[in-house]
Amino acid sequence: MQEQLKELQTAAIQKVEQSANLKELNEVRVAYLGKKSPITEVLRGMGKLSAGERPKMGALVNEVRERITEKIEQKQKELEDAAVFEKLASETIDVTLPGRPLKEGNHHPLTKIIEEIEDLFIGMGYQVAEGPEVEQDYYNFEALNLPKGHPARDMQDSFYITEEILLRTHTSPVQARTMEKNKGKGPIKIICPGKVYRRDNDDATHSHQFMQIEGLVVGENIRMSDLKGTLEVFAKKMFGKDREIRLRPSFFPFTEPSVEMDISCKICGGTGCSVCKKTGWIEILGAGMVHPNVLEMAGYDSKKYTGFAFGMGPERIAMLKYGVDDIRHFYTNDVRFLKQFSAHE
Amino acid sequence: MFVSYKWLQEYVDLSGVTAEELAQKVTKSGIEVEGVEVLNEGIMGVVIGYILEREQHPNADKLSKCLVDIGGEQPIQIICGAKNVAKGQKVAVATVGAVLPGNFKIKKAKLRGEESNGMICSLQELGMEGKIIPKEYSEGIFVFPADAPVGTDAIELLNRDDAVLELGLTPNRADCLSMLGVAYEVAAILNREVKLPQIDLNPAQEKASDYIKINVEAKEDNPLYVAKVIKNVKIGPSPLWMQTRLMSAGIRPHNNVVDITNYILLEYGQPLHAFDYDRLGSKEILVRRAKEGETIQTLDDVNRTLTSDHLVITNGDEPVAIAGVMGGANSEVTSDTTTVLLESAYFNGGTVRKASKDHGLRSEASARFEKGVDPNRVRPAGDRAAYLMAKYANGEVLEGSVEVDTLTIQPSVVSITLEKINRVLGMNLSVNEVKDIFDRLQFEVSLDQERITVTVPTRRGDITIEEDLIEEVARLYGYDNIPKTLPIGSTTPGKLSDYQKKRRVVRRYLEGAGLYQATTYSLTSEDKVSQYALEDREPIRLAMPMSEDRSMLRQSIVPQLLEALKYNSARKNDSLGVYETGAVFLSNGQDVQPDEEEHVAAAITGIWHSHLWQGEKKSVDFFVLKGIVEGLFNKLGFTEKVAYVQAKMDGMHPGRTAEIQFAGERIGFIGQIHPSVQKELDLKETFAFELKLKTVLEAENGPLQYVAIPRFPSMTRDIALVVDIETVSSQLKEIIFTTGAPLLKEVTVFDLYEGEHMEEGKKSIAFSLNYLDPERTLTDEEVTKVHEKVLEALKDKAGAVLRG
Ligand SMILES: [Zn+2]
Repeated sequence: MQEQLKELQTAAIQKVEQSANLKELNEVRVAYLGKKSPITEVLRGMGKLSAGERPKMGALVNEVRERITEKIEQKQKELEDAAVFEKLASETIDVTLPGRPLKEGNHHPLTKIIEEIEDLFIGMGYQVAEGPEVEQDYYNFEALNLPKGHPARDMQDSFYITEEILLRTHTSPVQARTMEKNKGKGPIKIICPGKVYRRDNDDATHSHQFMQIEGLVVGENIRMSDLKGTLEVFAKKMFGKDREIRLRPSFFPFTEPSVEMDISCKICGGTGCSVCKKTGWIEILGAGMVHPNVLEMAGYDSKKYTGFAFGMGPERIAMLKYGVDDIRHFYTNDVRFLKQFSAHE
Repeated sequence: MFVSYKWLQEYVDLSGVTAEELAQKVTKSGIEVEGVEVLNEGIMGVVIGYILEREQHPNADKLSKCLVDIGGEQPIQIICGAKNVAKGQKVAVATVGAVLPGNFKIKKAKLRGEESNGMICSLQELGMEGKIIPKEYSEGIFVFPADAPVGTDAIELLNRDDAVLELGLTPNRADCLSMLGVAYEVAAILNREVKLPQIDLNPAQEKASDYIKINVEAKEDNPLYVAKVIKNVKIGPSPLWMQTRLMSAGIRPHNNVVDITNYILLEYGQPLHAFDYDRLGSKEILVRRAKEGETIQTLDDVNRTLTSDHLVITNGDEPVAIAGVMGGANSEVTSDTTTVLLESAYFNGGTVRKASKDHGLRSEASARFEKGVDPNRVRPAGDRAAYLMAKYANGEVLEGSVEVDTLTIQPSVVSITLEKINRVLGMNLSVNEVKDIFDRLQFEVSLDQERITVTVPTRRGDITIEEDLIEEVARLYGYDNIPKTLPIGSTTPGKLSDYQKKRRVVRRYLEGAGLYQATTYSLTSEDKVSQYALEDREPIRLAMPMSEDRSMLRQSIVPQLLEALKYNSARKNDSLGVYETGAVFLSNGQDVQPDEEEHVAAAITGIWHSHLWQGEKKSVDFFVLKGIVEGLFNKLGFTEKVAYVQAKMDGMHPGRTAEIQFAGERIGFIGQIHPSVQKELDLKETFAFELKLKTVLEAENGPLQYVAIPRFPSMTRDIALVVDIETVSSQLKEIIFTTGAPLLKEVTVFDLYEGEHMEEGKKSIAFSLNYLDPERTLTDEEVTKVHEKVLEALKDKAGAVLRG
């Protein structure tokens, strides 16, 4: 009987190995482990054995059954894995096909520049001040040391609505308003972004509407050297660590002394090229120490308080930074243009 | 201002400083040199020739055959096409091997069979602009004075071996509208001396006062009038050096008398006017405001009507000049003039400005008066002009001047402490360093300990306060030498306001939703200004628009966005969404600032989503855009406050437009652009919304509060209702909510059916109702009880029945 069992085991394992699929394997299971299987037959025939032989024989039968079951399970796992693999293989996709695009817009390049500058100055303790685009002559000119008839009003021919109301020609009236609101007290640290308007014919370098960002710091001990230091921080963060700055004397009615700030040309590294008009320097912004008349008119004691102010054009900065060659691009809203400013730098 | 480097050397020693170096130094210390033009760039080999013979070219009517002495062993033959070429002229000859501007090389040539060994040049051919060349030579070759030495460098004689610095002057530096002013500036920069021009009057016996009387009625407009009389002048060309200097400054030479007045204008910055004394018609000058409607024919032969705003020089009766702007034709200097009345005056800048503006006559003279001339140069300028007229126009200067002088301008005296200078600049200068700078500027300085008192010459009228002195110190000491520091002392917290933060949230959200941020113009046309406006207010018009398209301030943003879509659509980008946040302008009446309301608007058109190879393609529709708006309110925490109410609006689709209400107030609209407008703009179906962003961002939305995640299961019941086709979902939803509360937590529309299989005038709308008690598990009976109540209410209030 022992012999018989061994033979059965060998035959069963061989059949398991030969099974090509789950169905065949199941047939093997039924054939060797089912109710009518030869092993079951052996069990039935155990009654004929002596009481002493019975346990020994029973253990042997169980062992054979276990070995076969084990083999079947092992084979079953193999066959199942193969089936899954086959199914998944049939589900293969072309991973190089394009993905389903997310609908995505992005901010305007001028917003990008303005927010970048805002954040930079917020980090230095500034607040963002805003004001009306349609202004009173007083805040746009008079409070900024530009009385009626002042020749410098010519520099910025304006859009008037009535004699006293006009579209602001710069964001400086926000400075005048902020100072007035602070009632002669410091400190003030603001930057003022916004739209401004001038009587210019729109062409590649002029726009009747454009953006400006101005900054103002008023306090009891604000020095020209602070202006220079602040502008350098700005220039290096905005244009790169290796940029140098240079101040040149200039004139604005609302500052005295007045300067213009140049940064060293990135294209040629300062040796001179067509972008910097062979000077090695590129003009970025105007600045200066707040004119005492401006301080006094806003209610500040100019003996006690000093301040600095600076102003720049986001369009110009965007043009320099991104190499945009025509200011009108910022206002035609051509999606082929707008699209290009979505990437994070 | 154009400054000739060679001419400037007459007043300041420029040795050791090239024109290029000078330009850099001047720029760095305050006056931007916008360009340096080297006048003889690309010119070589042009000499003075003497035309020995001139005859007609045998084979060409328009050519001359000339024999020219250029100082060589043999005269040379040159064929010349100029009409004015003649025997006995001294001319500029470009010899064989010479180079002219534009890299034009002169070679030996044969012209219609005759040999030509060079070229006789016009000034244009030597690189000069036609408009500055004396009229008689503007169409032909230039004829040099008879004493021009044959064979010498013609370019040198023309003073073209020079460089011209173009100064970009800011309005405060009108002092540099003169060679002398520039000389003082350059002398200060280089720390050198200024040499003043020569005046050597040798007056005649006769007195000017016997010839002319001066009366000034308008003393405020004209506080100083100085007249000189020069007799026996001979009108002719001015000396070549003077002509070339005028030309280098961009002024065309005319004749000696006129050239001298222009020369003094450039040298002293003082405009002069020369009248023909004999044509004045009287022995009197009266300066007064013009009478209303009075007329004058000016030098340019234009008849001009005057008003009482304009100051005129009269002969006691009628105007002979518009003061400071332009002389009259009736008293103009001509080739017959023998006696000159020379005017040197100080006119009020504002008065001159008004007249020059009204008559569109901006001249070198008016520009200087407008910015203010140096009152202390009025007399020397007149004297120097008289001296030059004696020297170069054979004139006889009469004794004295005739003046009216009520001028009270004094040099300003400004006092400052060293401490203040150092405090404002953030520097540590010594008294001597500061004094040295003022010395270089030739300002008078007196010191009292550390107090520095400066007497500023009248030529620098821009310096009146301490800060002006600080600027002089800073710019001449050099901004490069100022240290870099950051403000110290009390500071402010740097941050955005809540409003500004939320505005950024709105922008980022809309961009994330697939919209591109546009930036459009605030100025628009009359027919667009009120389109899609949310409020009915008077539009605001500019007093003097540059064009009708940009004449009024927008009351809404949508029309600008549609314009942007149209622009893109015409360039094959017909599927697109754009948005903008910005101000609209609502009038509060004349002479008052308008309300500026910040709005947000968006417009979308074409295909919204496509993923073609997967067969996905979705056009924009009302609900695409509404989803964006709903999401926006959700982002801001306002979902509950917002309602959409069917509405009609000009320019919008009558059945596909909703008014957006915020806390019961109308704050915007959303819908489809009217098909006729779409067609006009050549757009596909286009949807837009506009909202009063300011109202939304200023509204309180309360703090964020966590709501516990339910621990007990909710129960969902779906219902399909048949209702009248006009019944809107929001009405049904409200009924469901009010009757289902508090167990009912959520209602969602999940199906809509109209058309076939439905009774005429009816539609089916299906809702999913979600019931929940956060404290326990609901029983079926409880939910059924509430649900039955809801169904009943729907039937009673909206005639809604369950779909069978
Ligand atoms: Zn460069």
